[in-house]
Amino acid sequence: MQSKYEVVIGLEVHVQLNTASKIFCGCSTAFGSSPNSQTCPVCLGLPGALPVLNEQVAESAIKVGLATHCSIAPRSIFARKNYFYPDLPKGYQISQFELPICEHGHLEIETEAGTKSVGITRIHMEEDAGKLVHGDTPGTSQYSFVDLNRACTPLLEVVSEPDMRSADEAVAYLKKLHQIVVYLGVCDGNMEQGSFRCDANVSLRPWGQKEFGTRAELKNINSFRFVKQAIEYEIDRQADVLDDGGRVVQETRLFDSETGITRSMRGKEEAHDYRYFPDPDLVPLVVSNDWVERVRKELPELPEVKLERFMKEFGLPRYDAEVLTAERALAEYFDACVAAAGIENSKACSNWIMGEVTRALNDSNLGIEQSPVSADMLAGMLKRINDNTISGKIAKKVFEGMWQTGKDADTIISEQGLKQVTDTGAIEQIVDEVLAANPEQVADFKAGKDKLMGFFVGQIMKASKGKANPGLVNELLKKKLG
Amino acid sequence: MDLTGYTLHELRQLLLRRETSSVEVTRAFLDRIAATDEGLNLFITVSEQEALQAAELADLRLSQADAAASPVLTGIPLALKDIFVTAGVRTTCASKILENFIPPYDGTAVSKVKEAGAVLLGKLNMDEFAMGSSNENSAFGPARNPWNRDYVTGGSSGGSAACVAARQAVASLGTDTGGSIRQPASHCGVVGLKPTYGRVSRYGVIAYASSLDQVGPLTRDVEDCALLLGVVAGHDPADSTSIHRDVPDYCATLRDGVAGMRLGLPREYFIDGLDPEVKQTVEKAIAVYKDLGAEIVEVSLPHTQYAVACYYLIATAEASSNLARYDGVRFGLRRDEGQGLIEMYRQSRAAGFGDEVKRRIMLGTYALSSGYYDAYYLKAQKVRTLIRQDFLEAFGKVDAILTPVAPTPAFRIDEKTADPLQMYLSDIFTIPVNLAGTCAMSIPCGVSTAGLPIGLQLIGSPFGEETILRAAYSFEQATDWHRQQAKL
Repeated sequence: MQSKYEVVIGLEVHVQLNTASKIFCGCSTAFGSSPNSQTCPVCLGLPGALPVLNEQVAESAIKVGLATHCSIAPRSIFARKNYFYPDLPKGYQISQFELPICEHGHLEIETEAGTKSVGITRIHMEEDAGKLVHGDTPGTSQYSFVDLNRACTPLLEVVSEPDMRSADEAVAYLKKLHQIVVYLGVCDGNMEQGSFRCDANVSLRPWGQKEFGTRAELKNINSFRFVKQAIEYEIDRQADVLDDGGRVVQETRLFDSETGITRSMRGKEEAHDYRYFPDPDLVPLVVSNDWVERVRKELPELPEVKLERFMKEFGLPRYDAEVLTAERALAEYFDACVAAAGIENSKACSNWIMGEVTRALNDSNLGIEQSPVSADMLAGMLKRINDNTISGKIAKKVFEGMWQTGKDADTIISEQGLKQVTDTGAIEQIVDEVLAANPEQVADFKAGKDKLMGFFVGQIMKASKGKANPGLVNELLKKKLG
Repeated sequence: MDLTGYTLHELRQLLLRRETSSVEVTRAFLDRIAATDEGLNLFITVSEQEALQAAELADLRLSQADAAASPVLTGIPLALKDIFVTAGVRTTCASKILENFIPPYDGTAVSKVKEAGAVLLGKLNMDEFAMGSSNENSAFGPARNPWNRDYVTGGSSGGSAACVAARQAVASLGTDTGGSIRQPASHCGVVGLKPTYGRVSRYGVIAYASSLDQVGPLTRDVEDCALLLGVVAGHDPADSTSIHRDVPDYCATLRDGVAGMRLGLPREYFIDGLDPEVKQTVEKAIAVYKDLGAEIVEVSLPHTQYAVACYYLIATAEASSNLARYDGVRFGLRRDEGQGLIEMYRQSRAAGFGDEVKRRIMLGTYALSSGYYDAYYLKAQKVRTLIRQDFLEAFGKVDAILTPVAPTPAFRIDEKTADPLQMYLSDIFTIPVNLAGTCAMSIPCGVSTAGLPIGLQLIGSPFGEETILRAAYSFEQATDWHRQQAKL
């Protein structure tokens, strides 16, 4: 990575809101329906149709604004952004221009040098355009088809300050923002389906220069991995241009994920004049203090707060807390598990969730919400480990049983006879038998071959069909072997 | 009896008394349209089948025991400016670009008149996309004034005003953006009212200038006007700019008289350039009000001189954006010779739009463009505020304002088409009302020596429709201009 120039990155993210209906009409926003089946005169832009704001959209905007420490405008205006394209039915997009609903926020990211605050310039509401599909059946290759199901879907555009200085910082910011909007429940975060779209503005400047260099806008990036690739490629490309004494052109470039390069968009003119003006079909949106406070009260616990709490309240190491709070549903599963199992089992809960539960979910391709083992069930099992009914090793079998059958730990333990043997007398008997049956190994152990402890334990476990309490086994062995 | 000669309220009584049926009345109007429209060109689409079906249903309703409780328009034949979106009935906006457009939905005003039982006879000629003051800008040919076919009807709701004057419908609905109901009403000798902005829903009205457009009735007399306004007024959740405000019974106070009512005469409206016959006629009308006991007060609306320029920046700006959807992609005229997207847009819009529409789109695009927005669009909006303030201040002193409607009576067809700016000036007295967002109406108050009607404008304060209707009613009852009819 070049280091001759300082890299300046600003990001624009379009967050597709998961409201049931579109931003200016009552049509469904469901993904994947047959073309033009979710349309009406309003989102088709038919003559005479008029927009009416979906209040849920404003509420979602306020939520995201509060979660990113923005000020919420008491009065904001919708504006028309005018341009012609077949996926834009009215020939203008209803957006916000001069008075957006949220401004002047920030979010924190972790960098190698520590925590960094990235500014958020503004957040505004707007409608999405439809989709163009290029003909791919015989006789249709010279046509483009217009599907307007997506037209008028609500979007929040989140614009960052140009505060990022590397592709990694950009990715960290995007991941953080992604986490927040999914946590808030306003977006499903599905980047492949276009629910979270990133455009990156990248420019370079000589170290120490105050003015920004000319920037290029990178579009069509739908994964974090591609964001990093695209930005790094672009940084190198611009550095080469500058090194050769050239000038970077202000343009839009498309990222090609196949080749990993950015390409100038042919035929797209620079600096469109969108002729923004306030939309006369909509009235200014008034957001009262009461509304803001109500939303604030109803905000779920946000990831960074949860992270701190998991570390403080449950004494979890940062790594654990980060993994568990990555997804709100997972964090809630953990909270529920601890609530049922007791705070002293926090680390055990964490270990099991990060371990067996995650493994099983991945193998079955399920999300935590679909886990057949509920937080309560897991807690029940942890209690049985604690009270020595089963050993940690047997617990794996119990977990497997719960996962497969949905029955709780106690039922599995009794059905499969997995109860640990803790009767000291019974175990002592087995220990004596094993030691008696293996005199050579005993002698070797006493002569210094410590590794044989494992062999004895193994033999005892085998003899007890795994049910001997390992702690007791170890204790007795130590006593008898000296 | 000539069933086409009755007012709405008279016809209602006839129907309730079963002296005639809706089917009979509807047939009478359809026959009259067939007999007279070739020489007048007022209808773009006559929906005969739909009308007769609706008339039959209305007759069923009227034959029930509780017929008197039926909605007030049951069985009454109306016609609509072709700017109202009507489900299943062609809606062209008098443009080639919508020549074959059949909407899949009814606008709100249309639904309301249908729910009130009206029979819809068809869609009326107008200036294309409501842009014009003479109904000469129609892709379907000019509308002709029933008082003299060589003369214009006025515009843009030319067909709507003329069809009432020609007795081709009992009443009609039009729209008014800069005078488009009032001015043709004046030129055709009928009553026309533009309600306060937000009083009537714009959902389903093809948009010209969103912050100025309003729906209003054109009728034979003031009582009909009050009735029809009451049917279409009211908040509509589908129109974010429609107002939450109760709809009063507009007929209840019609007969309260004007004794003591303060009527303002704005000095800026009584100027040189006003046709002497218009001036005389309006002055006579003012004298009638004095006799009826009203107090005449001089007022001033100092920013009047900026109104036309202000209008032609704001209206064209909004129109340039509203008409962007006519691109040949989803509906309407498409010219596509396989030369790519931009060419398709160009060819479709070049072929589909008339000259005046193109002119205004270009003007509006310019007014919004980067580098000019502040000087033109933004500045015009500021001036608009001053114009509105002029009115609000004047209404602190008077209850209504009287002015001429147009500087001249109707002119000859083709007389002003050479100079668009000349045409624009014919809206000089009506435009300020739209900019201010308040209400106004035109009532017949005379006929010129050439035999063409002259109207009087009554301007009311915001939501002051009851006051101007009352003042109009008093005048009407004291004179008989409303009974004068065009001889066809």
